[in-house]
Amino acid sequence: MTITEAPQATRRLTTSKAMVEAIAQEMERDESVFYLGEDVGAYGGIFSSTTGLLERFGPERIIDTPISETAFIGLGIGAAVEGMRPIVEVMFADFMGVCLDQIYNHMAKIHFESGGNVKVPMVLTMATGGGYSDGAQHSQCLWGTLAHLPGMKVVVPSSPADAKGLMTAAIRDDNPVVYMFHKGVMGLPWMAKNPRSIEEVPDGEHLVPIGKARIAREGSDVTVVTLSLSVHHALDVAEKLAPQGIDVEVIDLRSLVPLDREAILTSVGKTGRLVVVDEDYLSYGVSAEVIATITDQDPGMLVVPPRRIAVPDVPIPYAHDLEYAVLPRHDRIEAAIRATAG
Amino acid sequence: MTTEASPSTTPTMPTARTSPEAPELSPATRTQLYETMVLSRTYEEAILREYHADKGPGFDIGKGLVPGEMHLSAGQEPVAAGVCAHLSADDAVTATHRPHHLAIAHGVDLRKMTAEIFGREGGLGRGRGGHMHLFDPATHFSCSGIIAEGYPPALGQAFAFRRRGTDRIAVAVTGEGAANQGGFHESLNLAARWSLPVVFVVEDNDWGISVPRDVATAIGSNADRASAYGIPGERIEDNDVEAVHAAAGRAVARARAGEGPSLIEVHTLRLWGHFEGDAQGYRSDLDEVPGRDPIPAYEARLREAGLLDDARIAEIKDDASSRVEDAIQFAKSSPIPDPTTATDYVFA
Ligand SMILES: Cc1ncc(C[n+]2csc(CCOP(=O)(O)OP(=O)(O)O)c2C)c(N)n1
Repeated sequence: MTITEAPQATRRLTTSKAMVEAIAQEMERDESVFYLGEDVGAYGGIFSSTTGLLERFGPERIIDTPISETAFIGLGIGAAVEGMRPIVEVMFADFMGVCLDQIYNHMAKIHFESGGNVKVPMVLTMATGGGYSDGAQHSQCLWGTLAHLPGMKVVVPSSPADAKGLMTAAIRDDNPVVYMFHKGVMGLPWMAKNPRSIEEVPDGEHLVPIGKARIAREGSDVTVVTLSLSVHHALDVAEKLAPQGIDVEVIDLRSLVPLDREAILTSVGKTGRLVVVDEDYLSYGVSAEVIATITDQDPGMLVVPPRRIAVPDVPIPYAHDLEYAVLPRHDRIEAAIRATAG
Repeated sequence: MTTEASPSTTPTMPTARTSPEAPELSPATRTQLYETMVLSRTYEEAILREYHADKGPGFDIGKGLVPGEMHLSAGQEPVAAGVCAHLSADDAVTATHRPHHLAIAHGVDLRKMTAEIFGREGGLGRGRGGHMHLFDPATHFSCSGIIAEGYPPALGQAFAFRRRGTDRIAVAVTGEGAANQGGFHESLNLAARWSLPVVFVVEDNDWGISVPRDVATAIGSNADRASAYGIPGERIEDNDVEAVHAAAGRAVARARAGEGPSLIEVHTLRLWGHFEGDAQGYRSDLDEVPGRDPIPAYEARLREAGLLDDARIAEIKDDASSRVEDAIQFAKSSPIPDPTTATDYVFA
């Protein structure tokens, strides 16, 4: 963890290191922050979400749990209600089914049910996404599911700097915040190397406000609204299309709740053309919500029908070729942008 | 549910600590147990080889003929061989994310299973499921990547078997880490209350990924938990296939006789990492692990009993190798699924 003491203003870090740095800084700053989950201690988190934290903060604050998600998420809720600031990890978003009641009926509803009298300042982290043949029970994004259920903020960083800034904001937030990180953006040594998963990260305190989208690339022809790993793919495609005369604007949503509708409207107001890219399931999801943001305001803003690239309502297949056929990857994104740019 | 939910007459069963005298096994059964374990180990060594063959440079989990997570069960073969020896293809087995040894011992077709692991059209799930999601209707075999969530469906299979008037049973397996999940406890209670023909098996390999049993679990033996649900619980301390066979025989007989479920916990061994690529930096018992390998130990025992000699052992191992290599060849030559069919099979 010497990185936090480095003198320069920014350093290049992987997303996971940036995320860990934010947690460490907040744990130093606030005694009530602690981290709970499976294999977060000696292992350092299956997706390197807690590397080095046990050595630094000890087992009283970096706590390995039994495989009992209902119990330990509930424990996080109870501790948060009493004023602590737990960060609780569910290893894969896919596992939230076994503990969903604690998430959406308790963590997310207590503030409302108490008429605003009880706060639940906790962060629930989970890994999302596929692309490496881990099959239908280990590759889902499911952020649309959580964003659909009221009462919790849902943040989805795509870059190392945002991973740090959004984590800091999430820990300091007085609401439950679900922090969903895609395995493919973490910069893990055992996954395909993604050049955008190592970037400059501000040293010291770094906050990114929750609810503010980021213009990942400015452009004038087509707006691509997306999040998480798909931001990387969209940027790759935008760079490829630029010399061909298609100037793509890429909006990284950063958080689904709250959703920065202003940023979407502003960009589509400029380009008149919209492609939404989402690695979650197509129907009843993020892509429809983004498009409704425009049509609720003024369908006339769109000069051509919008397009959505998402997982076509099928569980994520195991075999590589099948998985790549359903994931929103470069080829599908490019085709949609070209069709929209017309 | 009135017919199923008749008041339970099962008295609270004491937990067995030491196994009652096991009947002497026939030479044929003993050799068979050895053969099953050897086949399973040979299989996993081959998967290990294929899995790592093209993950480089470095280790990219998404690369290669066998991509994704790979959980191998080397060291746990006595559980699979000992339990499944009592079953036929009519009985159900529900395994975990670490399923190969159980699938092999239960007689799942080796070729189709391997093709599934390779993500091929000729696989059990036409390449859609993968190594943690093997479903074989021919042997009523299934598994799940979500911890303890294989227990509840096993109740339903047992329910269906009994409702149809058969003496078929369901065997549900978890790891000791999974025994702290709600699904585990809910299943024990419901199966006990309805006297369902289920045998619950816990594979205690000491580790839930990096978390040791005694860090995660309040008591030393999950078999003790059976008494909370009024069913027999038995813990087998040594990773010995004959001890497992004996305990499973009692539990299976009880289930077939309509006397309800039992729980067996076997103190077994995770010989390798939790998944392939796991450096096991957290692990404190690695030095002694190879010496606890149950297969050489059983081999030595059967040699002493005069049931195996060099020639017979070589024959068994050769036979296992040729079956395994045949399955791998089948998998490799089975077609890669057509991407245009990626959305098939969502609905019947
Ligand atoms: C509900 C759920 N939580 C967590 C996981 C992640 N996970 C996969 S295997 C495992 C450890 C399982 O330990 P155990 O049950 O003892 O089985 P073993 O791996 O030792 O065979 C964990 C935590 C999961 N798959 N499902």
